[in-house]
Amino acid sequence: MTHAASSPAPETVPQQRPSGQPFLSVRDLLVHFPTVDGVVKATDGLSFDLARGKTLGIVGESGSGKSVSSSTILGLQRGTRAIVKGEILLDGTDLLSISDEQMRLRRGRDVAMIFQDPLSAMHPYYTVGNQIGEAYMVHHDVSKKAARARAIEMLDRVGIPQPDRRVDDYPHQFSGGMRQRAMIAMGLINDPGLLIADEPTTALDVTVQAQILDLLQDLQREFNSAIIIITHDLGVVAEMADDVLVMYAGRCVEYGPTKEILTQPQMPYTWGLLSSVPDVAGDTESRLVPIPGNPPSLLNPPSGCAFHPRCAHLDKVPGNLCRTDLPDLTPATTGGNHVKRCHLVHPEDVWAKEVLPEIAPELAEQNQEPTA
Amino acid sequence: MRRIFAGVIMLILMSLVTYVLFFSGGLHPERAACGKNCSPAQWEQTKKALGYDKPAVVQWGEFLKGTVAGRTYPEDKALAKANPSLVSTCPAPCLGYSVVNTTNVSTEVKTAFPVSFSLAILAFIMWIVGGVFFGVIAALRRGTVVDRGIVGVSLIFYAFPTFWIGLFFLKFFAIQWQIFPVPSYVNLTDSPLAWLGNLVLPSLTLALIYMAGYVRMTRAFVLESFGEDYLRTARAKGLPNRRVLVKHSLRASLTPIVTMAGLDFGALVGGAIITESVFNYDGLGALAVDSVRTLDLPTIVGLVVVLAAFIILANIVVDILYAVIDPRVRLG
Amino acid sequence: MSHAEPTPAAESAPGEQSSAAEEIIPDPGHVFEAHGQSEADFSAKPILTVDNLKMYFPVKSAGIIRRTIGHVQAVDGVSFEVRKGDSLGLVGESGCGKSTTGRLITRLYKPTAGSIAFEGTDISGYGSRQLLPLRRDIQMIFQDPATSLNPRHTVGSIIGAPLRIHQVVPSDKVLPRVQELLEVVGLNPEHYNRYPHEFSGGQRQRIGIARALTLQPKLLVADEPVSALDVSIQAQVINLLQDLQNEFGIAFLFIAHDLAVVRHFCPEVAVMYLGKIVEIADRDTIYGAPHHPYTQALLSAVPDVRQASIGGRRERIRLEGDVPSPINPPSGCRFRTRCPIARDICARVEPPLMQVGKRHKVACHFAGELGQHPATPVTTGVLGVDDEGHDVAGAQRRSDLLDHPGYQDTWLDLKTGQPVGS
Repeated sequence: MTHAASSPAPETVPQQRPSGQPFLSVRDLLVHFPTVDGVVKATDGLSFDLARGKTLGIVGESGSGKSVSSSTILGLQRGTRAIVKGEILLDGTDLLSISDEQMRLRRGRDVAMIFQDPLSAMHPYYTVGNQIGEAYMVHHDVSKKAARARAIEMLDRVGIPQPDRRVDDYPHQFSGGMRQRAMIAMGLINDPGLLIADEPTTALDVTVQAQILDLLQDLQREFNSAIIIITHDLGVVAEMADDVLVMYAGRCVEYGPTKEILTQPQMPYTWGLLSSVPDVAGDTESRLVPIPGNPPSLLNPPSGCAFHPRCAHLDKVPGNLCRTDLPDLTPATTGGNHVKRCHLVHPEDVWAKEVLPEIAPELAEQNQEPTA
Repeated sequence: MRRIFAGVIMLILMSLVTYVLFFSGGLHPERAACGKNCSPAQWEQTKKALGYDKPAVVQWGEFLKGTVAGRTYPEDKALAKANPSLVSTCPAPCLGYSVVNTTNVSTEVKTAFPVSFSLAILAFIMWIVGGVFFGVIAALRRGTVVDRGIVGVSLIFYAFPTFWIGLFFLKFFAIQWQIFPVPSYVNLTDSPLAWLGNLVLPSLTLALIYMAGYVRMTRAFVLESFGEDYLRTARAKGLPNRRVLVKHSLRASLTPIVTMAGLDFGALVGGAIITESVFNYDGLGALAVDSVRTLDLPTIVGLVVVLAAFIILANIVVDILYAVIDPRVRLG
Repeated sequence: MSHAEPTPAAESAPGEQSSAAEEIIPDPGHVFEAHGQSEADFSAKPILTVDNLKMYFPVKSAGIIRRTIGHVQAVDGVSFEVRKGDSLGLVGESGCGKSTTGRLITRLYKPTAGSIAFEGTDISGYGSRQLLPLRRDIQMIFQDPATSLNPRHTVGSIIGAPLRIHQVVPSDKVLPRVQELLEVVGLNPEHYNRYPHEFSGGQRQRIGIARALTLQPKLLVADEPVSALDVSIQAQVINLLQDLQNEFGIAFLFIAHDLAVVRHFCPEVAVMYLGKIVEIADRDTIYGAPHHPYTQALLSAVPDVRQASIGGRRERIRLEGDVPSPINPPSGCRFRTRCPIARDICARVEPPLMQVGKRHKVACHFAGELGQHPATPVTTGVLGVDDEGHDVAGAQRRSDLLDHPGYQDTWLDLKTGQPVGS
């Protein structure tokens, strides 16, 4: 872990380590919170890989366990009662087996995080420069002056005008977009290999969101970092992510390359997500197809497939399988890295014949013609 | 500026209310000055001499005038000319003349104030330091024996009457084990060490009562700040726990504590009546009790104004501190 | 709720929140066969006419005498019409004044200037007594269902309160009506004696909608009704609102920042920027052929699932910087500081909201489709100024083409620069 401490200049790190291990590899991650009412199963058996320079989008509704998993990568659950099992291999080191102090030294240096609401994520009593510089000083033995200079440099890099003046402003004197830029500056000041962005644009206006997403992509190219972007907005995922992981009730229900997940999803929950969002270019005649019911309780998730109480395709699976058996993550019929957790035997047919015509008739027609 | 202006107006109104309430009670403050064998005529005469025959509002007006211009007692220009030795003067700011104690109220306040103030400030320091310290410890160890122990013990002290704790301290620490002197007030200027040594027991008595509240308050605010997003950010940066606690959590928790502390301190200066009497300190609290018992109106009014002024001052200081602590207040 | 026996559900412990979630009635959408309103009925009479509406919030100085040192021009001269049973979408970024506009129309604020004509009567100056009957006709749905419902009142008393206040039904009929309303919005009618915290976010928003429906309003102002909800729940609520509109013929002023949701819900859309409407048109024009550079930038910034999934993404128009302060807005056109095509005239003369199509108004000197903005200002003839924005002697402002809240039969043809009729 010497590269982060030295120069801020981007290094060319091979996307795959010589051993063939990806930069970040999460294996069977389990995070449970014991409470008086029972165990909250926030994350259960989550696995994914991420290479440097690539972006993973984690999609899910509130309570799907997407934020918990990411803050576990950062070790923020340490010191709480959370039960954590599995492996989080970052550059070959299991972050779950190192000591608290070792984890602290990596936090902010090897793994950084930016949060949803930049106003509440910054301390109201300290200047922006102080807070950004602090992130630098904690991992580098430098003077306050040097840290300040570095903070100004980073503010300039993330596109804040007059950074040498704004560095002494307090967070409340910044606009929402500038605050999120400042948070990104804070996150990237130590040139971390992995950046976790938890709903980074949800609190922002759409034009500002576009600015921030562009900025993140620019910086990713420059620093060659791996990014995990957590969001409920499929549009953000579509623009940012190379891979998508769809979470439901603490489990991965579908995982694969973004384009495949968005064009050939094979899990009814993903279909539901796609069909319940109106599109700026879609047909206004069509009715939104919502997912009925509510997201499940993590305290007491439904038996079998957690999605079965809201699933419209229950009848296509023989017997009571969906209610009794949790489906495994199996390769999708499209092949490749695409996996899905569903009992449906031919999800691609259901998607093409039933779901797509309903949410995007024009696409369904297009798809049928070329194949004919 | 606006606050000071409002404060002065409030003081004037408070003195008026004191006057009106005092006289609406049907009290006869001049009775005490008239002596044991007071005939109705003498009574009437005393009343006149002391000015109690005038309507409350008029007396109040004279009081107000006195605070700015000073007064003479009795207010009789002819007498002042003929026999100056019979007339006592009360220079501005005159808070009145206490017939009961045959001295100016401002003199009374001047003697009693340092006693109460010393007591209050020392108690204040003790309870803030102790309260915040134990509050933070309790928060960090929440749910454990340590947490429950701290909160429980502080509650026990809170539940015991002040005089009991005071007497307990007096009996064991001062008389039996002689760790501290039997408290009697020594001027700070005479001997700072003796001043401090004599004040430890009474201040501690006072501080222990307030501490319970501050332990719980600090604990609650620190725990609340643990849930704040910016604390998560601080931890995500990789800051050591101590730095997260001191720089990020405590700084935010201090704002409400400072507010409460300022107000409590302002009220304490005149409110440590029991402690003052247990340790036999002639402070403002003791003075207030005496003046009420003897129906000494000038002293009562004078004390009301002084103590109210102190609370208002504490308020202003808190407001200023607020702006110092929180840049959002300062910079809008 | 003393007048009813507690149901077993009500006796359950407060911790059992999920039980309410399980018992949700399936989406009521299937009850109504009608689909989302696709085309606006432009012949319908306006139910709401807003003309030159302004709301300035004073900014006070510090000091002994708190002088007013400026105004936040939250809403500055907004005009539009909402027809009976129609929905107008109001979009824009935070601070553009769209929520303030909504609150002015429900008269939570008293406007600084301008008129709000509801069914032909100007209500902008009404006092609270005069407003009382109007509260029945104009209702509001708020963004955050968690904070807009009183946590200490049961759902039944929240929904029933308007009935009691306005004494619409006898008191023994309140409960049946409440239950009916709960059923309409897709909740279990037996849950009337539960408290808001026992419901999920989406269900609470349904409660908010039920409350707004209680008095059978003619106009609903929905301020970000779905933005606090989970994606899958958003669709449920939008469908519910559409069903209610079709069933009861309620007109909507639909305020949202989500352009896709507004497009789905509203046949007509107005785009606001810094207190002003910059473009207003029917849905197809706004989304298909926007003429204002801000509308174009706004649309290009929306991440598009379908576009990205087919391949690549649309070219974005990058807007630099932040929205200027509404206390001291830029002179002339308020968007000019961030506008990619701004010129001198934009700083000098404010572009009027000018009708350029049958159902299309735009406030831009260089109005035109993306990439086809004209080289010379299109507004000079109407405003009586030259290309640089200086007054032309003898030229007049053609108020016949401007200054109307609704649409006229004649408008300015952008190609010829001449008025044309339909």
